[in-house]
Amino acid sequence: MKYPKNGRFGEFGGKYIPETLVPAIEELEENYLKFKNDKNFKKELDYYLKVYAGRPTPLYYAKNLSEKLGGGKIYLKREDLLHGGAHKINNTLGQALLAKKMNKKRIIAETGAGQHGVATAMACAALGMKAEVYMGYKDTIRQKLNVFRMNLLGSKVHPVKSGSKTLKDAINEAIRDWITNVENTYYLLGSAVGPHPYPVMVRDFQSVIGNEIKSQMKKLNKTPDSIIACVGGGSNAIGTFYPLVDSNAEIIGVEAAGHGLKSKKHSATLSAGSKGVLHGMMTYLLQDKEGQITETHSISAGLDYPGVGPEHSYLKDTKRVKYHSATDTEVIDAFLMLTRTEGIIPALESAHAIAEAIKVAKKSKKSESIVVTLSGRGDKDVEEVQNYLSKNVKN
Amino acid sequence: MSKIKEKFKELQERNEKALISYIMAGFPNEKSTISVVRGLVKGGVDIIELGFPFSDPLADGPVIQNASTISLEKGTKIDKFFSLVKKIRKETDTPLILMTYTNILYHKGYSKFIAEAKKAGIDGFILPDMSIEESEDYLKAAKNNADTIFLISPNTSKTRIAKIAKASSGFLYLVAVYGTTGVKTGIKNYTLDAIKNVKNQTKGKIPVSVGFGVSTPEDVKKYIKAGADGVIVGSAYLKLIEKTSQSKLESKIALFTKSLKCQTVHKK
Repeated sequence: MKYPKNGRFGEFGGKYIPETLVPAIEELEENYLKFKNDKNFKKELDYYLKVYAGRPTPLYYAKNLSEKLGGGKIYLKREDLLHGGAHKINNTLGQALLAKKMNKKRIIAETGAGQHGVATAMACAALGMKAEVYMGYKDTIRQKLNVFRMNLLGSKVHPVKSGSKTLKDAINEAIRDWITNVENTYYLLGSAVGPHPYPVMVRDFQSVIGNEIKSQMKKLNKTPDSIIACVGGGSNAIGTFYPLVDSNAEIIGVEAAGHGLKSKKHSATLSAGSKGVLHGMMTYLLQDKEGQITETHSISAGLDYPGVGPEHSYLKDTKRVKYHSATDTEVIDAFLMLTRTEGIIPALESAHAIAEAIKVAKKSKKSESIVVTLSGRGDKDVEEVQNYLSKNVKN
Repeated sequence: MSKIKEKFKELQERNEKALISYIMAGFPNEKSTISVVRGLVKGGVDIIELGFPFSDPLADGPVIQNASTISLEKGTKIDKFFSLVKKIRKETDTPLILMTYTNILYHKGYSKFIAEAKKAGIDGFILPDMSIEESEDYLKAAKNNADTIFLISPNTSKTRIAKIAKASSGFLYLVAVYGTTGVKTGIKNYTLDAIKNVKNQTKGKIPVSVGFGVSTPEDVKKYIKAGADGVIVGSAYLKLIEKTSQSKLESKIALFTKSLKCQTVHKK
């Protein structure tokens, strides 16, 4: 859907927000529409994406992995090579630049594992601004180093002790801050979620991924048969899928199945959730019988969210995209396999997409091409993997 | 005429303004909620707002967040809440408003939820995350069943105020400050201006009540003087409930309510 009318992707999306935020959201939409096609804005953003973040990222043919699996050719879109180590910088540069054009002096953001917080801190430092980042108290303990990185970059981190003390609560707290300081504050939301126009704006800033895939495949004289990306809030996935949604490729989003879809310890919103309203949007949610949001689990903190971007809900219901899931165990196996065959350590989030690619490759013909977005690098996760292996490997 | 409208009419005839008191159902437990309601009625409350807890109350400050968490931990469920409302209805005719978040109604289905709430004795709804743009189905379900009270902020534009007033029934809820519930910032000039603007624009067609951060008799006095038709006090009640033992709850709540209510009565 090009630009969603009334902010709706089918029945999903919208803006379910406290009245105080309405003028801020209207101002944001107005400015976004004004700048998104502005020549100078695009030029400036392209400059930062190219020489600061490191775009375009390579499309790498994972020959060893493909040959080992014996099926189709796996191509990795290397977002892990970007500055900061993940796709998040595509969006933070875009929004920070927009905030600057809007003369907003104060930037706030939420973060789960810390990737978006760090990417926000980087973009703000580069553009001469300061950010304040809300992070669940539990996550500040689990990801201590990222808290320190944000501090080094000149940002302030507010640990959030309400609710489940994780990403969803960090978003609640960022929204509360925004309501309180609405007149001078820009909320730099990190995923394709929240009230309109965030889902479409974040998608547009992340669409550079899919657009590059398109032209890089063309240069190889190929069209992708399968396109795969992991889905938490869904920003790297929607950025990958959206430019390719009109192609003939099979598109698969991969959610975190945690301990299994029946375990209640997962974050597979589209696979196991139901429709509802949270964080300003109507979308699929993980909730109980009464409409209370339930706690989630994933080995990768970046997918640990009970909601999902509304455009994904739409793509699921219209059946254009298939949403599968990978368990923690499958993810660790994929993580190890990619690390050993290609010398690439993927983020645990991205390893969900690799796990699906392994399944698809095994069933596909050698002539087929499978494109996987490797959304981030796994340096941040090696300790987590070490802990997992020491608990689970019988040797 | 709805109970809420009748109440405002009755108050107008007596030259009084409305005291609307907010409490969280099941905080700290069901028994205390009954005692609190008795205290409110004794103290002269005009309308009671009952909060139903939601896991992610993004328009609420720390006091109501904490009360929501405790109420949920104590096992507050929709059916239990409706039986509590029925119990309250046996004791008082005071109009009852349910305040919660959109997902609670949406999940059960707007029509089904509103029908059950009405049957239990709920007269109106406040959903702080329901914007008028998204309210079509909700309004349809509430029509002729319950009042729909929407919020207005000091930064709401004139054109929006008109639209919100059109979608609202019962009264308009004017948010006093930029912020969440229960945050004390003192009385701001922009709030006093907002009261005047909204009153001028709505021309008495619908009452205007002020809430968020209203906590003392002094606050009540100032907002009434500025032209508000009612005031909403919430977090201050929850703080009082938290530090009062069950045995003294009814009398303490009655005393506090009286101190607020007397500021809404026109003195000759």
